[in-house]
Amino acid sequence: MNVTSASPAVGPRPATGPEYAPERDPGGGAAGPPLSRLSDADLDTLLMIRHFELAVLELFSQGKLHGTTHTCLGQEYIPVALYPLLGDGDYVFSNHRGHGHYLARFQDPHGLLAEIMGRDGAVCHGVGGSQHIYRDRYLSTGVQGQSLPVAVGVGLHLKRAEPGRIAVVHIGDGTWGEGAVYEALNMAGLWQVPVLVVVEHNGIAQSTPTERQMAGTVAARAAAFGVGHLRIDSVDVTDVRAALTPVVGQVRDRHQPYVVECVTHRVGPHSKGDDTRPPEVRERAARHDWYRRYRHHHPGQFAAADRAQAEAVAAVVREVGARPASRWEAR
Amino acid sequence: MSRRQRVAENLNDALHHLLAAHPGTYVIGEDLADPYGGAFKVTRGLSDRFPDQVLSSPLSEGGIAGVGAGLALAGNRSVVEVMFSDFAALAFDPLLNFAAKSVSMYGRRVPMSMVVRCPTGGNRGYGPTHSQSLQKHFLGIPSLHLREVTPFHDNRRVLTAMLDREEPGVLFEDKVLYTRAMYRDGVVDDLFRYEVLTDPAETARVFAPDCGPPDWIVLAPGGLTERAVAALRSLLLEEEITCELLVPSQLYPFDTEALLPVLSRAGRVCVVEDSTADGTWGELLAQRLHERLWRRLARPVLALSAGPSIVPTAAHLEHEVLPQSSTIHRAIVEATK
Repeated sequence: MNVTSASPAVGPRPATGPEYAPERDPGGGAAGPPLSRLSDADLDTLLMIRHFELAVLELFSQGKLHGTTHTCLGQEYIPVALYPLLGDGDYVFSNHRGHGHYLARFQDPHGLLAEIMGRDGAVCHGVGGSQHIYRDRYLSTGVQGQSLPVAVGVGLHLKRAEPGRIAVVHIGDGTWGEGAVYEALNMAGLWQVPVLVVVEHNGIAQSTPTERQMAGTVAARAAAFGVGHLRIDSVDVTDVRAALTPVVGQVRDRHQPYVVECVTHRVGPHSKGDDTRPPEVRERAARHDWYRRYRHHHPGQFAAADRAQAEAVAAVVREVGARPASRWEAR
Repeated sequence: MSRRQRVAENLNDALHHLLAAHPGTYVIGEDLADPYGGAFKVTRGLSDRFPDQVLSSPLSEGGIAGVGAGLALAGNRSVVEVMFSDFAALAFDPLLNFAAKSVSMYGRRVPMSMVVRCPTGGNRGYGPTHSQSLQKHFLGIPSLHLREVTPFHDNRRVLTAMLDREEPGVLFEDKVLYTRAMYRDGVVDDLFRYEVLTDPAETARVFAPDCGPPDWIVLAPGGLTERAVAALRSLLLEEEITCELLVPSQLYPFDTEALLPVLSRAGRVCVVEDSTADGTWGELLAQRLHERLWRRLARPVLALSAGPSIVPTAAHLEHEVLPQSSTIHRAIVEATK
């Protein structure tokens, strides 16, 4: 993909690069049963996030981004499945790996890329960057576990002042090492607060595999607080959404906390160029990647949508990259 | 003359007032519920009167600071009680990294009306983990302001101002001061009067009328008031050294500039505080006063604090570590020679 940020937009170009190499393996190297056919809208959002994340990594490799980032490659389907079940009045607390959450909620790649690049039109004027974003009722922050007690406070407010609305918190498996998680689950269970904890369990906390950082299970930890738990193994948006629908309804209607554990696969690095997993482990994650599987099972729909989203993101990169620097005025 | 209100009663009255004034105000903390009403009884009667606004919480200082921040984020006003200020260490992340940073880190001002109340200080024999004064650990954090309860400042006004600021704040409340009476009508005792100045910190000035310009000005947070006034008295009566005492309501940010006309009336300034020695509020003030008043000062600012030590339990040991009225008296006599 061409991600030259300083050159003016010259119209859509076909994307190139390894993601578009002809499929040599007719099986696609894809694991698992066929994925269901999605609406064009869902597929477009998935692919927008994918190409956005690839563009961010490419911009870093070109030295055009300052600081750090954490892409959600492989995990895009979780917010895409969940967010149609949420309304504008619901809060979403995102984390360091939050680009997909933001894009699924707002469909705003320009504002997010401007934030990451520190350009005019940035959602938070370039002050927050990749992992500190606040817009409407969406907030991300960079300290693990910190947002759970905050979500309990927000959930208390919603229960009292805006019943029927919920607070969603995205965390990872690594986040379960933080004490704040347990203080929050205890209070959420005790006070029956409408908080939905979505665990994106990708099996690795930065560089440490789950089995070397977690004793017991997420399910048992939720059970210890009398909090409901659902494990979702599928990466099929249709299946995941169907599994989430009754859970979201329960949190909303009964003001009860719930933990949903999405077993997922981090296809890319933790940050950038820092994936120390052995090749066979990375290949196993890649075989579960919804992108590879969907391309294999729905080649016609996929090819056109993929090309369109790649081009759209490339245009965003060119347009935002040509903008002037952002300004921090409200200090 | 009616009995003067005790400081803990004044705080309790202020919390009743806040909860009645705004239904979106919450008080959160451990063991707050009636009939217990909090470890120091400051929250007495609140949960019976405002059951929906008072959350008696599990033992989770970090968690309740986060909950208070979440309530504030959603547009409410939250008051979080930490049972002993030492435990505020457990709430440092939600305060520093979430509540305070959220005010500015999203590129626009995010209002966060939140106060963490911290019963603080020693001289009650509670020992090393229940007696420390942690003010210095919260200095210099963008968007986090610090106040300390004094017997001069009505806490309705103090807490309302803190919440109206729409930035998180920490209110330090000296545990001995809880049991003392509020001053009123400009009278401290038979010798001393007070007035509250109009500087941003709303500093109370304690003075002996008709004594002329003072030899010394003593600057101290509210928890030191009783010990400082006792030193003012003994210095005046026994040594003929006249001192004025300045007790600001707000400790940080602190606008020394606004107090320069008052401070420059004496050639000598003493700052005294209960924090453990080094890297303290008093040292920050001393540094600023040296910059602005160096030519007018007869000597460097005299900075008194607790010793470089934990706060021990036994009365005689605790007395040695924390500044007492005799400590202030002796240090000022020595520095006057």
